[in-house]
Amino acid sequence: MEIVMSIVIGIVFAVSVYLLLSRNLIRIILGTLTISHGVHLLLITMSELQRGAPPLLNLGEENYTDPLPQALVLTAIVIAFGVTSMLLVMAYRTYQEHKTEDLEQLRGSEDE
Amino acid sequence: MRNSKPNNMMIQTAMRFITIIVFAFSFYLFFAGHNAPGGGFIGGLMTASAILVLYLAFDRKKMNKAIPIDFTVVIGIGLLFAVGTGIASMLFDYPFLTHFFDYFHFPFFGEVELTTALTFDLGVYLVVVGAAMSIILVIAGDDQ
Amino acid sequence: MNNLIILPIIFPFIIGAILIIFSKKHKLQRVISGVASILMLILTIYLAIIVFQDGIIVLEASNWPAPFGIVLVADMFATLMLLLTAIISTACLFFAFKTITPKREKFYFYAFYYFLLVGVNGAFLTGDIFNLFVFFEVLLLSSYGLIVHGGTKYQLRESFKYVIINVFTSALFVVAISWLYSVTGTLNMAHISERVAEMEQTGVINIIAMMLFIVFATKGALFPLYFWLPKSYFGPPAAIAALFGGLLTKVGIYAIIRVFTLIFYHDVEYSHKMIISIAAGFTMLLGVLGAVSQFDFKRILSYHIISQVGYMVMGLGIFTPLAVAGAIFYIAHHMVVKTALFLFEGAAKRVTGLSDLRQMGGLLKTHPWLAWLFFITAISLAGIPPFSGFFSKFPIILAGFQEEQYILAGVALLVGLLTLFSMMKIFGFAFWGKQKHTEEQANINIRKLLVPVAPLVLLTIVLGFAAEPVFQYSLQVAEQIMDPQIYIDSVLKE
Repeated sequence: MEIVMSIVIGIVFAVSVYLLLSRNLIRIILGTLTISHGVHLLLITMSELQRGAPPLLNLGEENYTDPLPQALVLTAIVIAFGVTSMLLVMAYRTYQEHKTEDLEQLRGSEDE
Repeated sequence: MRNSKPNNMMIQTAMRFITIIVFAFSFYLFFAGHNAPGGGFIGGLMTASAILVLYLAFDRKKMNKAIPIDFTVVIGIGLLFAVGTGIASMLFDYPFLTHFFDYFHFPFFGEVELTTALTFDLGVYLVVVGAAMSIILVIAGDDQ
Repeated sequence: MNNLIILPIIFPFIIGAILIIFSKKHKLQRVISGVASILMLILTIYLAIIVFQDGIIVLEASNWPAPFGIVLVADMFATLMLLLTAIISTACLFFAFKTITPKREKFYFYAFYYFLLVGVNGAFLTGDIFNLFVFFEVLLLSSYGLIVHGGTKYQLRESFKYVIINVFTSALFVVAISWLYSVTGTLNMAHISERVAEMEQTGVINIIAMMLFIVFATKGALFPLYFWLPKSYFGPPAAIAALFGGLLTKVGIYAIIRVFTLIFYHDVEYSHKMIISIAAGFTMLLGVLGAVSQFDFKRILSYHIISQVGYMVMGLGIFTPLAVAGAIFYIAHHMVVKTALFLFEGAAKRVTGLSDLRQMGGLLKTHPWLAWLFFITAISLAGIPPFSGFFSKFPIILAGFQEEQYILAGVALLVGLLTLFSMMKIFGFAFWGKQKHTEEQANINIRKLLVPVAPLVLLTIVLGFAAEPVFQYSLQVAEQIMDPQIYIDSVLKE
C-alpha cells in the first residue's frame, strides 16, 4: 500500500511542479496548493499506513494508530489554509495593481 | 451591483431556517471536540459558513446592521482566549498550557466532562470565525 | 521557574492580539508596542543572565514528558539570539514610529511586527523539529504581511515571488521532517540526535541532512539559493527592510547551526568540510561581487547580507570551537551593524528621496551626524580593527588557516577587502562630493531618526572594545553547542 501511495505522491508532486513553473498567477497558487497536499500525504505515508482504530478515547479499542502524524497533518493543513488565503489575496491585489496575471510581464527591469 | 432588486424572498425565508440548523450543528461540533471528532476549528468554519449564507441572502448593509461586529477584533479576542488558557495554568505553577479535566453532573445534561481545553478551543473557534469572515468580506467588498 | 522561557513567545503574542483589537488607534498602538519592546529587551537580558549562570532551562509544554510532548529549550545560543532580536527589533520599532505613515500603521503594522517576533523567538527556543516548522510558518506569514505592507506596485510584484519560494521550501521542510520521522520515529531534536548517533550517519540520514540544509539555506540566503533576497528586500520601507535584513536570514542560519551541531555532526568530512564550506565560499564571493556591481544604496546592503551570511556558515563549516565561536560573534556583530546600515539608508532616503547612489552626493556637508555614524558602522562591517567587525572575522579566518582551509580563508580575506571597497563606494558617492540635493532638502532635520540607530552604533563600538569578554562568551556558547550531550542530557534528563 505504501508503494502505491508513494507513486500517487510522486504524481501529485509532478503536477504541482508543472503548475508552479507556469506563468499564470492562479496556476502557481494551485501549484502550491497541490504541493501541500502531496506533502500531507507523504507525512501520513511515511509513518506507515496503519490499520488500527482511530486514536479516540471513547472507542475502547486495543489497537490504536499512531496519532502523531495525524496531528502533524492537521497542523500542516491549517497552515496551508492560512498561506493559501494569504496568497490569493496577494495575487488578487497584484492583478489589481498591474492589470496582468502573466509572470512574464511581472518581471521588472534591472535598474529601478 | 445593479440597482434593480431581485426578488429573493424564497432564499431569504429558507436561509432563516437553514442558518439556525447550521449554527446548532456548529455548536454541537464545537462541544463534541477534544475526545471525539469536532472542535474549535471545524466548529468555527461551520459558524462562518452560516454567517456567510446570511450575507448571501441579505445584502451587506442589512447584515452590517444586524451583526455590528468588526471580525478582525474577533481574531484578537480569540487569540487572547487561547493564550489566556495557557497562562492560567502558569499561575498555578504548572508548565504552560497544562490542561485539566473533571466530570460534573448537571441537571438535564447528565454527566458532562468539562476541560480547560474547552476555553482554548473557544479561542480557536473565535479566531477561525474572525479570520474566515474577514478574508471573505475583504475580497467580496472590493468591487464597490 | 521553568515557565520563564515561554515568556519571549507568549508576551509578543499577547501584545499582537491586543494590537489587533486596537488597530484603528495608531497613537495607542505606538504606546503599547513601544513599552512592550522595552519590556522584551529587559526580559531577554534577564533570561540571558539566568541561563549563563544556571545552565540550560527546559520547559515541557502542557506537562508532557520530554520525547512525547513539545519541549522548549533555552541554552546560551538561543538566549543570545533572543537578546539580539530584542535589541534590533526595538531599534527598528522606534525608527518605524518616525517613518511609517499613520495610514500604514492602521493596517496592522504593529500586529504583524509582534507576530513576526513570536515566530522568531519561537524558532530560537523550540526543541522540537515540527514545532520549528510551525514557528517558521508563523514568522513567514507575518513577514509576507510586512513585505507587502503598503502595497506599492513594486512590492506586490516582488513579494509574490518571495512568498512562492518560501512556500515551496516550507513544503520541502515538511518532506524532510516526514522522512526524519519515518527513520527515527521521533520529533524531539535531542531524541533524534540520540537515535541518529545510534544509527550512524550514513545514506538516508545524509540525504535528510542535505534536504534540511537546502531548506534552511533558502531561508538563510546561501549559494545557490540566495537569488530571491536582493529584489524582495528592496521594496519595503527602511524599518521593515532593516528588521528583515538583520533578523530573518539569521533565523535560517541559526537553524543550520542548531541542526548541524546537534543532530548531523557525525559525518563532518562530508557535510561540514565539503558541502557547507563550499556553499559558504561561493556565498561570500558571489554576494560581495553582486554588491560591487550595484549602484543602489539599498541593493548594495542587501547583497552584503548574502556575503556575510557566508562568513557565519564558514565558521560552521570549519567546525572547530574557535571557528564556531567566531561565527556566533559574527552573527551578533552582523545583526547589529546590518540593521543600523539599513536604517541609515532610510534616513538618507528621507533627505534625498532616492536611493540611487549616482544621483546622491554631499550628505556629509549637510548632515554630518548621519555621515560619520554611517562611516563608523560601514568600516565596522568591513572589519577595520577597533570595531566589532574585525574581532569577529579574525577568529573565523584564523581557524581557517589553522585547519588548512587556505582557499576558504583566502576568499574570506578577499571578500573583506571588497566589502571595504563597496562601503567606501557608498560613502564616496552619497556622502562626499558635490551636493546634489536641494537646499530645501538640506534643511530636513533627521536628528530624531538617528536617535534609535545611535545605540546600535554604540553597541558595535562596545563590542569592538570589549572584544575579549564577548569572545569568551561566544567561546562558551560554541563549546556548549558543540557538545550535543549537554543539550540531550538536559532535555531527556538521563
